[in-house]
Amino acid sequence: MELAIQKPVTSLDEVTILFAGDSGDGMQLTGTQFTLATALALNDLATLPDFPAEIRAPQGTTYGVSAFQIHFGSKDIHTPGDDVNLLVAMNPAALKVNLHRVRKGGTLLVNSDAFGKRDLDLAKYTENPFENGSLDGFQVIKVPFTTLTYEALKPYGLDKKTMDRTKNMFALGLCLWMYSRPIEPIQKLIAQKFAKKPQIVEINTTVLQKGWNYGETTEAIAVRYLVKPSSQLPKGTYRSIHGNEAIALGLAAVADRGDLDVLYASYPITPASDILHQVSGLKHFGIKTVQAEDEIAAVGAAIGASFGGVLGVTGTSGPGLALKMEAIGLAVMTELPLVVVDVQRGGPSTGLPTKTEQADLLQAMYGRNGEAPVCVLAASTPGDCFYMTYEACRIASKYMTPVILLTDGYLANGAEPWLIPDVETLRPFASPFVTEPNAMVNNKATFHPYVRDSETLARPWAKPGTPGLEHRIGGIEKADGVGNVSYDPDNHHFMVKRRAEKVQRIQQEIPTTDILGDPSGELLVVGWGGTRGAIEAAVSNLREKGLRVSAIHLRHLNPLPPDLSDIFKGFRQYLVPELNNGQLVRVLRDQYLLNFIPYDKIQGQPFKSSEIEGKILEMVSS
Amino acid sequence: MQENGKMPTLSEKPPVGRIFGGDGENGEAKLTASSFKTDQDIRWCPGCGDYSILAQTQRIMPDLGIPREKTVFLSGIGCSSRFPYYMNTYGFHSIHGRAPAFATGLKTARPELDVWLITGDGDALSIGGNHLIHLLRRNLNIQVLLFNNQIYGLTKGQYSPTSEQGKVTKSTPYGSLDHPFNPSAVALGADGTFVARSLDRDPKHMQAMLKRAHAHAGTSLVEVYQNCNIFNDGAFFEFTESASKPFRSLFVEHGKPLLFENGKKGIRLEGLKPVVVSLEEDGFSVDDCIVYDETSRELATIITRMFDATMPRPFGVFYVENRPTYDQQVAEQMEEVLQKRGKGSLASLLNSGDTWEVQ
Repeated sequence: MELAIQKPVTSLDEVTILFAGDSGDGMQLTGTQFTLATALALNDLATLPDFPAEIRAPQGTTYGVSAFQIHFGSKDIHTPGDDVNLLVAMNPAALKVNLHRVRKGGTLLVNSDAFGKRDLDLAKYTENPFENGSLDGFQVIKVPFTTLTYEALKPYGLDKKTMDRTKNMFALGLCLWMYSRPIEPIQKLIAQKFAKKPQIVEINTTVLQKGWNYGETTEAIAVRYLVKPSSQLPKGTYRSIHGNEAIALGLAAVADRGDLDVLYASYPITPASDILHQVSGLKHFGIKTVQAEDEIAAVGAAIGASFGGVLGVTGTSGPGLALKMEAIGLAVMTELPLVVVDVQRGGPSTGLPTKTEQADLLQAMYGRNGEAPVCVLAASTPGDCFYMTYEACRIASKYMTPVILLTDGYLANGAEPWLIPDVETLRPFASPFVTEPNAMVNNKATFHPYVRDSETLARPWAKPGTPGLEHRIGGIEKADGVGNVSYDPDNHHFMVKRRAEKVQRIQQEIPTTDILGDPSGELLVVGWGGTRGAIEAAVSNLREKGLRVSAIHLRHLNPLPPDLSDIFKGFRQYLVPELNNGQLVRVLRDQYLLNFIPYDKIQGQPFKSSEIEGKILEMVSS
Repeated sequence: MQENGKMPTLSEKPPVGRIFGGDGENGEAKLTASSFKTDQDIRWCPGCGDYSILAQTQRIMPDLGIPREKTVFLSGIGCSSRFPYYMNTYGFHSIHGRAPAFATGLKTARPELDVWLITGDGDALSIGGNHLIHLLRRNLNIQVLLFNNQIYGLTKGQYSPTSEQGKVTKSTPYGSLDHPFNPSAVALGADGTFVARSLDRDPKHMQAMLKRAHAHAGTSLVEVYQNCNIFNDGAFFEFTESASKPFRSLFVEHGKPLLFENGKKGIRLEGLKPVVVSLEEDGFSVDDCIVYDETSRELATIITRMFDATMPRPFGVFYVENRPTYDQQVAEQMEEVLQKRGKGSLASLLNSGDTWEVQ
């Protein structure tokens, strides 16, 4: 489209915008739509929604603030952005809560209609921030969003509530103008979304256009910005994807590509519920879903399905994982495949339900009674959730073991452009079921459920309904091979070692560890899970400045990749940044006896890359 | 890769005994009760009521016409829950209280399997109470045999959620204070679609109840009064032993009047209250007694609530309701969606929503 550019345009490499307002102000929608416009402009991007745990907190209060951050650029974008260039604040509470995230000299675009005495009181401002000097050092653009929206909608004779709900479109239109984004795709999106409500379409597109036009005409804004298309994105077809959405797609891929049916059983819990919402719409892929009566029932239903020869998958968050642990132990003992997705959130107990944290690693590794090892995987980006879900299902059915897949609130709700994979490139599933007896007893063919595969040590998976393979399993220790109840002391010792060895053999499935940077140097950063973007941004940045630092990011946490020992030999120092009080660092110290240095942040927020840079600098310069 | 922790002594051991017992295997001779026995030694205490329940179950299995490989016995934890090890079918001995959850997943995933759930009063009504009521309301098409011995056996003698108030046990030396559950009433309250009660010492009645339960499409709950001769011996003798059984037990049958004491007494409704009347002394006749209707929720409520010493204890099928099963509805909904949307294409799912090209 031809942009009628009349004002000077400044070119930028990257920008971070934070849309913030009241829960009812539609900031998530505004952010999502701006994201789409950015993706269509071929920028790389990362987003992070930040919403309150309360569904409708009292209007105008600081705890009712809902925000959406987007970081986009013409270069590689790893994180939702450390410091904000532009804060769009729809009310005083949004300004108050988020001002500290704006970089010095950054821009504040505020709804000046929302700064009356009552609004200030609700946000617990004792003075008007415009008047007390607290905004000095920022570029403040005051726009009467409410008044302008009312004016734009005057001809429609709408009620106040409807007009108020539309003012986010004014802000969106203005932001699109500020960053030289076309508005046509958003108009199209609105038309699609409200196809059955033509009046809604009309008023939204009208206000959107007015916001755009305001940019052209106002004297308050002197400069527009342009972020050129990224040249670093690999070729192909892209879409925007959230982590939870990617997990649902991963399960669809399993049902489609494997000789396996899938049953997903779950109990609603933040921030994992979206997986259930998405998967329950995939019935035409043959995936059944059960919304269970509680967390224990959900994992129980999944294990019941696996016993029946249908891969059982359950999703939850930390408190739910704790409730599921006894049943996961049963799946360890009965050696049934099971996939448990834990979308980690701030803990302990109810903790910070809508905030992110990485504090369930040790729970996943060790949180069961007895010697009960399971495979533990962790996704590192929203799009990686797709691949790791697929991998979790593949490993679970090949090794007859529970697999816990760790993601987190940041991955679940954050979005990134995702290169859509070619389905043919996914490693296929072999049919995991046995159909023939595997033993002879008194000259009669029979089935022994604990005779193991020599390569994987997996026991055979026999589907009920298969004649001649009738067998009984359960939580009591079983005799090696024959699988009868056994209290034999030597057998128990042996079986504990066997189960551990089986999980250890999953190392065979782990690809070579990618190293960001050189294979040797002064310092190696070892990360896992959703901190990948921040770590890679920090390490790339410092490498450009000539520091001899590298990074690896672990997706396989139990067992760990077999090549780590060799990699560690190439470095003098090891830094392990985690959003917890030091968990992977303990596992690494335990297994490698090296001096891994923890770096923790336990604030419910992801790392900023600058924080990790600071820690690295501190270590290499001392 | 090397195998660690290898213990050759074990792998060289021959497998212990046979896995499969009896005849009737894989289209051989006709199935009999012994086709359903395993080679495993039964480890219940001698004299336990569980033996009878196992025997009656094995006895009726050949009559049901379901192949062994399509039958699954699933259980929780407790004495009763060892049951699957003794049935030569597919079997799953799970964890305490959760058997209904495993059964829900199994039956939803594989509706063509014939699933039996074995549980006890502690397993079903204490630790697993939540799962039981949700199983009943969802109405999965399975059979639940609830062994009620009014005591914790496997943990050696604590009172259970069905123990009578005031029960002196190891954990209640001064008598229990908890009000007991009446399992049949709980099942009815949870909208169970088939509720029956039987006794371990009445094999014929139990067989009839098991067959009726199997024939019902939906969750069939059969409560079985089961004697624990170690920790609660004689808890049900007043209902099971010949000296008192005719006076204390009332066998209900659909379409028949409620009579006991060899037809000398009956149950009559006075308003909503059931009362015992003598057909010999009070001037009442059979025509004055309730004619039982197992499809009546009202009568079922009245009969299951007959639970104190002033009334005979009812046995039989209390309630039957035809309601679509959960597993059948899941299958239908899957089919409906498939018809409407066609088989899902992974490529188009991945490419759905807004996409853009990077050249």
